[in-house]
Amino acid sequence: MTGLSEVSLGHYLAVAAVLFTIGVFGIFANRRNVIVILMSVELILLAVNINLVAFSAFLHQVAGQIFAMIVLTVAAAEAAVGLAILVTFFRNRGDISVDDAAQMKG
Amino acid sequence: MDLTSALQIALPEVILALGTLVLIVVGAFGGEKSTGLVGLGAGAVLVEAAAAACWGPMGQAFHGGFVADAAAQFSKVAIYLMSAVAIALGAPWLRRKRSAKFEYPLLVLLAATGMGVMVSAGDLISLYIGIELQSLALYVLAAFQRDDSRSSEAGLKYFVLGALSSGLLLYGASLIYGFAGSVRFADIAAAVHAGAGQGVIFGLVFLICGMAFKVSAAPFHMWTPDVYEGAPTPIVAFITAAPKLAAMVLFARALALGFPGATGQWQQVIVVIALISMAVGALAGLVQRNLKRLLAYSSILNIGYALMAMAAGTEGGMQAMLVFMVLYMIDVTGFFACLTALQRDGRPMERLEDFAGLVRVRPGLALAITALSLSLLGLPPFSGFWSKYYVFKAAIAGGLWPVAVFGLVASVPAAFYYLRILKTMWFDEPAGATDRTPGDASAIGMGAALFSFPLVLPALAALDPLATLAARAFGLA
Repeated sequence: MTGLSEVSLGHYLAVAAVLFTIGVFGIFANRRNVIVILMSVELILLAVNINLVAFSAFLHQVAGQIFAMIVLTVAAAEAAVGLAILVTFFRNRGDISVDDAAQMKG
Repeated sequence: MDLTSALQIALPEVILALGTLVLIVVGAFGGEKSTGLVGLGAGAVLVEAAAAACWGPMGQAFHGGFVADAAAQFSKVAIYLMSAVAIALGAPWLRRKRSAKFEYPLLVLLAATGMGVMVSAGDLISLYIGIELQSLALYVLAAFQRDDSRSSEAGLKYFVLGALSSGLLLYGASLIYGFAGSVRFADIAAAVHAGAGQGVIFGLVFLICGMAFKVSAAPFHMWTPDVYEGAPTPIVAFITAAPKLAAMVLFARALALGFPGATGQWQQVIVVIALISMAVGALAGLVQRNLKRLLAYSSILNIGYALMAMAAGTEGGMQAMLVFMVLYMIDVTGFFACLTALQRDGRPMERLEDFAGLVRVRPGLALAITALSLSLLGLPPFSGFWSKYYVFKAAIAGGLWPVAVFGLVASVPAAFYYLRILKTMWFDEPAGATDRTPGDASAIGMGAALFSFPLVLPALAALDPLATLAARAFGLA
């Protein structure tokens, strides 16, 4: 058990912060594919869930876990809506690269 | 508290949710034939929900997660009625475009449910559920004309940036929960008061960034012009009105109830966002030739004014914000209704040059656009003047006079772009005849124009005490 007890709240928060940063950069740095953006959004929500569950365990409170369940549910709905919009975009353009979504500018 | 009384407090949203479910079944069995019936049903459900919000019981339900107070009541009535107007504007337009679908009123209903949860949010969980319920419906609405490549691009951009902003907001919410030890605004306020430290403030900054995205305040406004240009015009009329009010009320509630002890910290951030919004809205609007894009920048400018009033952090500031948002909502819906009514050779008129000499072709609509432009510009005696009067008075009373001066300066370039529309309509050579204008959209546009001048005066006499009562619910000095 000594090995486990060394994993403190700070470690969880650090992992979540790293995942969150990767997710945000995934949205901005990626110029090729919109699917990668959807994956980055999932990564951000995952980072939030790690935060919530870690806090929940640390505070001995159940609210954080309920919040995490709700985030999971909403994430599924969000992915469904995002993919549906992406399909209509692909039908109109025949491509899903990020640079292609530039018909409107200014 | 038992479940029955909790559901009574949440009655408007229960009506909306059940109504949506029933109408989905009607639409699924009736197919395209039932579109008109579903539209009428959705309008009836919205009016009923507004009545339930108006006369329903007040209080807290679900362990403080859902609050029905004067502020929620005030904004719910406005939001539900504006959503009903959006159905009245959008459904006939879609029918004329031969793309009538029963999903349109249902998506508006779902968005309205989300907005109802937003303005009643008493903790971080209902805040997130409300925002997502509203946003997911709005993403689909923006991409509603699925055969149009600009509409689907608008939906895609709205989705990607909206999902990012929800992520930022949620990350902030998770940090606030962890460092304050509770999701409820009242407990967070107590924790902040007891010195919860930097973690909560760090989370608050993320939360503010996410909310600023939702109200389309600069520097988080990049989605606004593209979505306004690409999405179908009557749907933009919906996106730009009710959801902005809901997001502003939620913003105010989260800050005023969750962080009254950190007013100094959030006030600075809001002031900076308001200043940038006013600058971007006023200057970037100058180069726009597309009227829908122009109105997107105008909405960024106006959100800057609303945020300025909120930044005052006083009861008067919240009251000014509520009055401002309601009057702005009516103006901008009317403007987009006029744009919806105008077509040339079956194509929407969106570019500035399309409006050349409109006064000789369509005098009624040209007069309505004139009144609404002057109102957005803030010229007395139109409603825009009164709303700006409230906002500037609150900002100066709250000690934010440098921001108020900046706001006045920002309205000068904005005046130029509104006046350019008028010049094009009144003095340029006519660009040709327009198609026959549909009665529904013209009626909504002219009704809003009538509201912006004579009707606003009696309406304001009723609006002022209601908004004062609503602002008191935020519990500020």
